[in-house]
Amino acid sequence: MSGTYLGMPAFPEAAAVSTQNAQLRANLSHATRTIRDKRAAAVAELTDWPELRQSGREIKDHTLRHLDRYLLQLEEAVTAAGGTVHWAADAEEANRIVADLVKATGEREVVKVKSMATQEIGLNEALAAEGITAYETDLAELIVQLADDRPSHILVPAIHRNRTEIRDIFADRMATWGRPAPEDLTDSPAHLAEAARLHLREKFLRAKVAVSGANFMIADTGTLVVVESEGNGRMCLTLPETLISVVGIEKVLPTWNDLEVFLQLLPRSSTAERMNPYTSLWTGTTAGDGPRHFHLVLLDNGRTDTLADEVGRQALRCIRCSACLNVCPVYERAGGHAYGSVYPGPIGAILTPQLRGTASEVDASLPYASTLCGACYDACPVAIDIPEVLVHLRERVAEQGTGHRAERAALRAATWLLDHPAAYTAATRAAVGTRRLHPRRLPLPGPAKAWSDTRDLPAMPEQTFRDWWKKNRGEGKTAR
Amino acid sequence: MRVALFVTCVNDALYPDTGRAVVTLLERLGVEVDFPAAQTCCGQPQFNTGYRAQAERLARRTADAFAGYDYVVTPSGSCAAMVRDQYPGLGCAGLGDLPDRVYELTEFLVDVLGVTDVGACYPHTVTYHPSCHGLRMLGLGDRPLRLLRAVRGLELVELPGAQECCGFGGTFAVKNPAVSAAMGADKVRNALSSGAEVLCGADNSCLMHLGGTLRRQDAPLRTVHLAEILASTEPEAAAHPQPDAHADPNGAAA
Ligand code: SF4
Repeated sequence: MSGTYLGMPAFPEAAAVSTQNAQLRANLSHATRTIRDKRAAAVAELTDWPELRQSGREIKDHTLRHLDRYLLQLEEAVTAAGGTVHWAADAEEANRIVADLVKATGEREVVKVKSMATQEIGLNEALAAEGITAYETDLAELIVQLADDRPSHILVPAIHRNRTEIRDIFADRMATWGRPAPEDLTDSPAHLAEAARLHLREKFLRAKVAVSGANFMIADTGTLVVVESEGNGRMCLTLPETLISVVGIEKVLPTWNDLEVFLQLLPRSSTAERMNPYTSLWTGTTAGDGPRHFHLVLLDNGRTDTLADEVGRQALRCIRCSACLNVCPVYERAGGHAYGSVYPGPIGAILTPQLRGTASEVDASLPYASTLCGACYDACPVAIDIPEVLVHLRERVAEQGTGHRAERAALRAATWLLDHPAAYTAATRAAVGTRRLHPRRLPLPGPAKAWSDTRDLPAMPEQTFRDWWKKNRGEGKTAR
Repeated sequence: MRVALFVTCVNDALYPDTGRAVVTLLERLGVEVDFPAAQTCCGQPQFNTGYRAQAERLARRTADAFAGYDYVVTPSGSCAAMVRDQYPGLGCAGLGDLPDRVYELTEFLVDVLGVTDVGACYPHTVTYHPSCHGLRMLGLGDRPLRLLRAVRGLELVELPGAQECCGFGGTFAVKNPAVSAAMGADKVRNALSSGAEVLCGADNSCLMHLGGTLRRQDAPLRTVHLAEILASTEPEAAAHPQPDAHADPNGAAA
């Protein structure tokens, strides 16, 4: 895990701060709403979307069930095609493998294709510690890197920034990382894109080593696939002499035919496009074309543990489209940083506590970072039942008991009461009987106080329903 | 047809008017309703917070309480969804076929009784908030809107962003108060912009959260459960809404 995320406050505190940031909320709300509407339209164009979604789910489930077999097949095919496969059990091992590979080339810098896996393991920081500079080449990642910020969205890491902020970041920071921004830089998208293009081109032409992730890997041919919009990925994948790809083991697909399904599901769900602008596929090395050396680092880092959980394993179907983030009302208000994880939003709330475990405060708070409204499940192109996994992980957190002692006692007491109707009736009757004493707002601290900070408590009625029924209709009949 | 009312714990203790409205409404439609006194709570708060064993206990209690009834009707989409969608997954013995016999009120009216015009009169401008569980888990679709459109005197206006969660989410409102309040504030802003006098819903938990937000803001909009609108008939009573709507969170009485 990247050091940047350590020491993050738990979700509720972090979210309480970000909901106060009006600019952040405006940026996020505008961006997620725009893409949400576009995505709905792109999905509605396909009459067979439900079937595609079902296929995506089934292919992933099948592959995960036989993951060992497909990974070995992949290793064999990659090796046969001239690549080298490395297995990394955790972040540390993966970082060491990559750093050693870069050092072996004698280079001190690498260009990077946007990749969640390398963020997950904190590769840039690990390389920096070895004296190697990693340059992000995706526009949004570049913005985040220049600003010394953290990504806040899977697909649009700088979603929390608006154009004016980006202009300022470019003007202030580009010079320290390479070619400076033009003097007269404005915040027009064309101007900003041109500045980034000039800045990045120097990096592409100079770099001898590239690091990428992959959206998919095809077991029977050893082919890797990167789906992107800007073309920076293609530059990185084709120009350097050495290509190192760090990919989570769950990204494998059995055959080319399976890819067809995902090349429909992914762009429509993520960028609301019928087809993404660039789809790059590479298989090992080819004489006279592309990188001379190709290394694939297969990353576990908590994935086999996740696979062992019958309910939670569906999170490994994720294709990182970010549709669940864009429809999530909690993400929209809290922003990506509040999740304290490279995977924010609904998928982050179920994937991160599985990859990292629920021992830390932030990881234990993530399964509760949802109202269980179900919008994420509806949007997910591989039908991950995110609410189901959230509730499942809440069970795990509740069992481990950290920080929830008072809650457990309260719920136990409430359940006992609810399981004993006579006592329950007496308790509700007592509450109703003292209705005049119940305030609209609570003066005392505690969880209920947080509720009553912004809302009035409901007034107590004069009589419970069951007392009304008893008085007016008599004892309930028994149907048995 | 043996029909039981599953009033739910929230309605029993805080919103008895909603339960009375369901009784009034169903009896007006010729249905004989019973209220099995052994019922309490469906166990959803326990289940959703991660206390499965406790949820199972309440699920068994609920199944016992409603054994033998042909239909169990509840004015809460969220509790209906708990029984129908989550009970089977609990996998504990003794739940019988309760999930198949549970109906959310609008489903029971439209699908079982086959009525959309329930003979109600409610001369107010109303906007409808579809709660997430009713909308997504139960798939209530336009049933509530069809029922509302058939109410005499009622003008139904659109709620912007209707399908977005109001931010209640049971214990979410307590565990993540800042986000919950921000979501509630946005929902309330949309409801106010609709120009309605009444914000109607089919789940009192959402309405409690939104009503509490509205009252805190002294906003000129009151929350009313759908059942209470459908139970309203007296045009003279409805024509004179209570002078101080804030004093009564339950809005128009049945
Ligand atoms: S969980 Fe589903 S919707 Fe969310 S990023 Fe993954 S594939 Fe996309």
